[in-house]
Amino acid sequence: MSITIQKISKTFGSFQALNDVTLEVPSGGLTALLGPSGSGKTTLLRIVAGLEAADEGTGGQILFDGVPVTDDPVNRRQVGFVFQHYALFRHMTVFENIAFGLNVKPRGERLSRDEIKGRVFELLKLIQLEQLAQRYPSQLSGGQRQRVALARALAIQPKVLLLDEPFGALDAQVRSELRRWLRHLHDTIHVTSIFVTHDQEEALEVADSIVVMNKGGIEQVGAPNEVFQNPATEFVMKFLGDVNVFHGRIHNDTPIFTGELKDENGVRLLVRPHDLTVQLYPGAGISLPAQVYRVLTAGPLVKIELLNSQNNLVQVHIPHAEYQSMPVKPDQRVYLVPKESRLYGNDNARIEYVI
Amino acid sequence: MNNLPSKDVGALENLLLSGAALSIIGLLIVLPLGVVLKEAFAGGLKLWLESVGDPDARSAIKLTLAVTAVVVPLNVVFGVAAAWALSKFRFKGRSLLLSLVDLPFAVSPVIAGLIFILLFGRHGWMGTWLTDHHIRIVFAVPGIILATLFVTFPFVARELIPLMTEQGSEEEQAALSLGATGWQTFLKVTLPNIKWGLLYGIILCNARAMGEFGAVSVVSGHIRGETNTLPLQVEVLYNEYSFTASFACASLLAGLAIVTLILKTFVELKSGRDAA
Repeated sequence: MSITIQKISKTFGSFQALNDVTLEVPSGGLTALLGPSGSGKTTLLRIVAGLEAADEGTGGQILFDGVPVTDDPVNRRQVGFVFQHYALFRHMTVFENIAFGLNVKPRGERLSRDEIKGRVFELLKLIQLEQLAQRYPSQLSGGQRQRVALARALAIQPKVLLLDEPFGALDAQVRSELRRWLRHLHDTIHVTSIFVTHDQEEALEVADSIVVMNKGGIEQVGAPNEVFQNPATEFVMKFLGDVNVFHGRIHNDTPIFTGELKDENGVRLLVRPHDLTVQLYPGAGISLPAQVYRVLTAGPLVKIELLNSQNNLVQVHIPHAEYQSMPVKPDQRVYLVPKESRLYGNDNARIEYVI
Repeated sequence: MNNLPSKDVGALENLLLSGAALSIIGLLIVLPLGVVLKEAFAGGLKLWLESVGDPDARSAIKLTLAVTAVVVPLNVVFGVAAAWALSKFRFKGRSLLLSLVDLPFAVSPVIAGLIFILLFGRHGWMGTWLTDHHIRIVFAVPGIILATLFVTFPFVARELIPLMTEQGSEEEQAALSLGATGWQTFLKVTLPNIKWGLLYGIILCNARAMGEFGAVSVVSGHIRGETNTLPLQVEVLYNEYSFTASFACASLLAGLAIVTLILKTFVELKSGRDAA
């Protein structure tokens, strides 16, 4: 079931949480809403679920498979919603939690007791917690609770599955395990899913499609590779991983990063730490002079910290083999050559350039 | 007491403090309770039974039970509704409403009674209209019920507001997203989560409703066999020097207090265990 979000705005008092957001979520995919806190991603998810109402008068609409659901309250929208803090019913067992959505159906639509039992055990098998059916939520670990919450949401055979920071409250190890499990689960059941996260690694690893959000708007939509390799805006580039920023200006259609900085025509060159190489002599294209500050060799990559001519810290990550072929020492003067970089102007949009 | 540093607070100070606390409890609580029971049974069990079985006393007991039977359920409904609105929603005027819930605690019960006299009494705001329509509120059972309602209103709400605020509304949202109606959500999710707090509030509300003196005294009119509740009956008998009968009635209220305490402890234990 596809989800269409049209011209949705939301204000809380004087704070604009969402500003005219339009988005198409294709059927059957696993889409990540990625952004820092306050970017409006959770608000958008709650509006899709019907837990929050969008501002009226802006013509905003939510459609499932082309059918408007904007006026349907949450209990008639048939969405599976998974909360960050699980929101399991604390006085019910795991079994009762999962069966809840089936038990509250009107008498005519309700399954028989045995059918409900069968369905719950099917789901328990799916989340691999069959032996814990009679436990209470307080007797489960965080990861188990989140799986029960997911099974509970799936029990009503939702049209769409919405997950609000589903792994946010879990520790790192459980989180990566559950991430892989969610991806696997999605490949098995193919329900259109949206999950909210502020963890770019999580989004890149799990999602089919990533929607990067910032300040109540959408910065970029694309496949993980697309978003990572071709960030449309400076914000996306910065949010998707570590970056070094070099301030410069455009002179005769060529970016220059030395000499005096002027605000007009100001540009910023963004380079990821692993896209920089350290050379002893300037090269033909962009070569940025820098001074080695510190070298960290413990870890899978050698991390070199340098100070550039503007006295800003620059990080370079290179493989051990490369470092050993040309070791550097603190205080040594070197040149940084970007293998791959992106240039952004004052309007936050990307500028194409040729070195 | 184990974690007090024994070097700073010596055994003697410790003993003195504990002794002082115990003697205050003994003097102010245990001793009066003992006196009530001793005086009540001073004439033997037979006289006690006679005093309690006296028509006026029985009428007072009946009235007290009837008032409680009306007031407690009403305050449960009001209290749950107020706590629900105040803890699960943010709206304009919320803090004002929150203070209003506490108003009956802040106002002297006598003033509370007087409010109803001023409103519904013969010379009150609605007095003429009420007389014209032959409706009696003050110096009659409706007045007693109103005064008791007012005084005992905060007990249930006060007990539930912190509990429901702490629990938040995520479970309710989850229930709604699973297709439950508002009523199903309340019955299957909200109510089970607050049941011990609610019971605790009911017990306290009940005890106060049965024992309320000040507000009821103002509106009741002290008509024997008609508008005297149990606490008022105790006063009337005492003023007439019928000490044994007075203490017999008082012993019923004291018994209620003890039962309340036992129930309260039980609920506290039970809810503590459920939360763990």
